[in-house]
Amino acid sequence: MKLDLITSLYVFMLAAFIGFEIIRRVSPLLHTPLMSLTNALDAIAVVGAIILAGEHKMGASPKDSLAAVLGTIAIVAATSNIVGGFIITDRMLKMFKSSGPKKP
Amino acid sequence: MNNLMSMETVIEATYLIATALFILSLKWLSSPTTARRGVFAGEAGMVLAIAGTLLHHGIVDYKWIAIALVLGTVIGIPLGNVQMTAVPQRTALSHAFGALCVTLVGTAEFYLRAPNIAPFMMAVLSMEVILGSLTFTGSLMAAGKLQEILPQRPITYKGQNFVNLALLACAVGIGIILVMHPDQMKLFPAMIIIPLIFGVMLVIPIGGADMPTVISLLNSYAGLSAAAMGFVLNSKLLIIAGALDGSSGLILSVIMSKAMNRSFTNVLFGGFGQIQTSGGGAAKEAPPVRSATPEEAAAILAAASKVVIVPGYGMAVAQAQHKVREMYDALTKRGVEVTFGIHPVAGRMPGHMNVLLAEADIPYDKLLEMDQVNGDIPQTDVALVIGANDVTNPAARSDTSSPIYGMPILDVDKARTVMVIKRSMAAGFAGIDNPLYYLDKTLMLFGDAKNFVSSIVKDLSGGG
Repeated sequence: MKLDLITSLYVFMLAAFIGFEIIRRVSPLLHTPLMSLTNALDAIAVVGAIILAGEHKMGASPKDSLAAVLGTIAIVAATSNIVGGFIITDRMLKMFKSSGPKKP
Repeated sequence: MNNLMSMETVIEATYLIATALFILSLKWLSSPTTARRGVFAGEAGMVLAIAGTLLHHGIVDYKWIAIALVLGTVIGIPLGNVQMTAVPQRTALSHAFGALCVTLVGTAEFYLRAPNIAPFMMAVLSMEVILGSLTFTGSLMAAGKLQEILPQRPITYKGQNFVNLALLACAVGIGIILVMHPDQMKLFPAMIIIPLIFGVMLVIPIGGADMPTVISLLNSYAGLSAAAMGFVLNSKLLIIAGALDGSSGLILSVIMSKAMNRSFTNVLFGGFGQIQTSGGGAAKEAPPVRSATPEEAAAILAAASKVVIVPGYGMAVAQAQHKVREMYDALTKRGVEVTFGIHPVAGRMPGHMNVLLAEADIPYDKLLEMDQVNGDIPQTDVALVIGANDVTNPAARSDTSSPIYGMPILDVDKARTVMVIKRSMAAGFAGIDNPLYYLDKTLMLFGDAKNFVSSIVKDLSGGG
């Protein structure tokens, strides 16, 4: 357990550095799609919510019910971010056209 | 047992691949030519990770998961199809949803594990819940302000900063008590409710012009709370996704604050409104301005060889972007070189103006950043300002007493001729007078941006 936490800290630190380096390179042109895309990716929290909702049966015990209810609501919230986030990001990116190949 | 082990390996493999796809997704977003591939990579990673999770052996009940996934999709589809002008409030709303998910999972985890929670675990759990709940209400407030359900004007009162800091200190204090005594379960609800109030209080004093910074900051908090959730659940995938989101939000907040020449603390604790009222001073007699008709403006534009258009949020409010595109087409056809100068805080969230112009089919290589444009402006014949004000105010360069002094601006006053489309001489969003309007080379074009631009277009194509 102790070791897990240390490893997690390393992972967090490395991911933060990678994030800084990659995101610094994103053109200001695309900052709005960047935010909606990272938002969609962030909704990967849904995996935690799925396990929470799935491992606890509604009505088995008060604790189980609480976990199942909160987990289920959490899945709804995260899923709406995943679906909405990817749709809007793609819609925005589709609009960015270069002036090079002129369309009729 | 062996079978179980291999299933775990499969699940971990899907997470590992998903992580790689997420990083690639953001990497491909760096350029408009590869960006859509980035979305695809993100989607693939997401589907893979969710599929892997559903294989988890501990899951005993799929019914509610299925219902929740369907319901989330049903809510998500309309949220993905809002108008482009509504993207800022949609984004704020999705930060709220993300934070809600994290807070709910954190709450459930606490009650499942308490009172046997190791100190470090309780510390990250507290962080997850505090950040999550303040981001939830803060983002809802931001969305409400952007949607104009709530008043956009900053609401300030005496001792506001003290109240806010005290609330935050209370929440953190409770977190510390719980770290030391995780059996004090009665305290836990307070650690959610206080940050929920704090989130509201935090956004109340923030005005519309500061929204880009606030949205970015909330984005960063949402990411960090998700990373904290990753620590609690020991999920490396979640830690990495949260760290990426957190650093993205942080970078954007830094860019936005720099573009407004303000520090984070200033945005959060300053309340732009306070500065304006004190900086306004006595009303002076307004010097005369020169104005022009659409015909005159069209003639000047047609005679130019290089034109820079500086759009602001006012252009989007007037829904003038499609008319601006027509003007761009008409001028380009006549051989006039037209570019757009985009200030980083134009619009209501980072990059918003680019999206609005791209939606109107203006090619993205004509959308230039502030530094690029400022280099070209002295060789520019006409700078046309549409619905922008403070970001063109030369007082930010020269007048040390101006509330926006030091803010980087687009140097439109260095162009040979400046034209400003504006409804009236009323002061702009921040209530600061703009000396640009009184320059000899400035022509004021009074009217609604959409109507005025369409008159110019009519003249350009008619008089041709």
